[in-house]
Amino acid sequence: MSQIKVAVHKFSSCDGCQLAFLNLGADLLLLADLVDIKHFAEAGVVDESVHVNVAFVEGSVSTNKERQRIVEVRKNTDYLITIGACATSGGIQALRNMNDGKAWIEAVYAKPEYIDSLDKVLPIAECVKVDFELWGCPVSSEQIVTTIRSLLSGVTPKDNTEKVCMECKRKNNVCTLVTKGDPCLGPVTKAGCGAICPSFGRACYACYGPASHANTASLSQRLIGIGLTTTQVSEQFQLFNNNAPQFKRASDEVLRK
Amino acid sequence: MTEKKINIRVPVLARVEGEGALEIDIENNQITHLKLKIFEPPRLFEKLLEGRHYSEVPDIVARICGICPVAYQMSAVHAFESLFETKISPWVNDMRRLFYCGEWIESHALHIHLLAAPDFLGYESAPAMAKDYPLEVRRGVEIQAIGNDIIRLLGGRSVHPVGVKVGGFHHAPKAEDVNALLEKLKEKLPAVEEMLRWCSTLTLPSNEQEFVSVALCDEKMYPMNQGNVISSEGLDLSIDNYQTVFKEHHEAHSTALFSLMSGRPYLVGPLARLNLNVNQLPDHIKSIIATSGISFPSNNMYHSLFARAVEILYGFLESIRILQTYAKPETPYSLVKVKAGVAYGCTEAPRGVLWHRYEVDEEGLITSATIIPPTSQNQARMEEDLRNSLNLTGLDRKEDDIRFQAEQIVRNYDPCISCATHFLDLRINRR
Repeated sequence: MSQIKVAVHKFSSCDGCQLAFLNLGADLLLLADLVDIKHFAEAGVVDESVHVNVAFVEGSVSTNKERQRIVEVRKNTDYLITIGACATSGGIQALRNMNDGKAWIEAVYAKPEYIDSLDKVLPIAECVKVDFELWGCPVSSEQIVTTIRSLLSGVTPKDNTEKVCMECKRKNNVCTLVTKGDPCLGPVTKAGCGAICPSFGRACYACYGPASHANTASLSQRLIGIGLTTTQVSEQFQLFNNNAPQFKRASDEVLRK
Repeated sequence: MTEKKINIRVPVLARVEGEGALEIDIENNQITHLKLKIFEPPRLFEKLLEGRHYSEVPDIVARICGICPVAYQMSAVHAFESLFETKISPWVNDMRRLFYCGEWIESHALHIHLLAAPDFLGYESAPAMAKDYPLEVRRGVEIQAIGNDIIRLLGGRSVHPVGVKVGGFHHAPKAEDVNALLEKLKEKLPAVEEMLRWCSTLTLPSNEQEFVSVALCDEKMYPMNQGNVISSEGLDLSIDNYQTVFKEHHEAHSTALFSLMSGRPYLVGPLARLNLNVNQLPDHIKSIIATSGISFPSNNMYHSLFARAVEILYGFLESIRILQTYAKPETPYSLVKVKAGVAYGCTEAPRGVLWHRYEVDEEGLITSATIIPPTSQNQARMEEDLRNSLNLTGLDRKEDDIRFQAEQIVRNYDPCISCATHFLDLRINRR
């Protein structure tokens, strides 16, 4: 059997999701034997325009150059997987979409005319077709390895459909929302992180993005019930996955109250 | 004489964190134009922090960099605690040092083995190098993994850890988890010492040059979380006065801001830290350095690799020291009382001095933020090094040689272009 060819591409991001590969420890060497890594700049393999079977894409699209690049990436791959909040929903930098992005650039850079920037920060799926999404800020090595193992076995990778609450139950965590009145977003957040925040006694801040069938309206009501203002509730949704449609809607709805 | 006019393009610089480009024009064997370009698209963190509550800042600024989130969290919490006059427990101080050791180990081991060593041994990548150096690469990634384990103990995960809050930590680790990690560290310690000796045997090119080192100096110990900003020229500055000497400006070719010290380039990072603080290291490490044939202060920029290896061993010894006396506290954090004002925080990220400034209102909301990462401080120094080193080696060479040397020089700084940018697109125009 010939090896599957893989590429890892970076767009606007912190590099943290690529670390899901580079932090594999000794398994990184095993991975390099299992798949043929054709492009992964940070790991030292550069061949951006080669055709691959699977392309992993980190980061959001925020410049004209990136918009052209992602079209090429799509042309050169059979299967495209977004990794992380930036690629999948736009990431924290998409907060500028709701503000005056141009004014922000003018405030940070003395010579804004040097900066190539789109009006809005875009998730990859708004630019090209995406075959599979891995959520998380950041994604974990387990998510990457499970996905690659599925593909190697000829199986379509499977998305996590649970909510963080389920992970808490399995870990016997005490509910931070119910017992401490902390603004926990676990009830509307996709599982996959291992419920690390509630395990540490703190509220989930939804870095894994919206779960399917998330009842955000009901949670918003509850958060108001424990004493948050509507602005504070809106800010809970307006963080690392602020541009995800469910969270955007939840934020808009609570601000209209 | 025949006229030479050649353009070389390397569309992606490999083995750096982020996207950068390099342009070099050579005319009659003289460099006429040299620019290190940083293209990392702006993410405007300083603006998106405005209006946010101080308690959210450690989680938000972590997202500036996946490789050194701990550094961003540490500079931020120290800034707010200093403004709020929060008294931090010795336990929290120890755990922060441990947390930082984890990040230094992870980041330095990644750079030495996956990013830098292939340059010195003639390979494209670490997996390619692993075919001939299986033990060394495996040892390196295993050391890196232990750095991640340390961060995980206090942070739940190694990238964007979730354990930090202003005042301390959300959670104190259980004694059994501490002991398991302590055993792992002790078991791996001989391999770390072997790794350090191996780094001293790598043939590092000679590259002696004049530069100013800048780092924090903590009177009691090797600097991480606190201290004044000092330089090899005698500067000694409290962190709130940082901007009187260090100034950022914007150049056309870069989305990172250039930082200069009184108008001149300077170096931050492991080599600068070691040059200024070698005396703070324990005798055991000093004795290993003494037998290495390398001494500090050093003006050979390539000794940065060895400096990283020294700091990995230091990180291991510090972690063992801290974990050996671990006791679970009654509470893992101090309560915080908000005060309006200007907050300054400065700590030693793996790549060097990371300076934060926040203006905070009486409700604890951020009204203004300034963050100066190590890579924008090293940007001018990298250009200066490129110019000096390429001239010193001579420019009447094959383009491939010049390109390889230029890439090696840039990689040696371990630039984190995500912090400051990911394409190093090298173009040499020769006339």
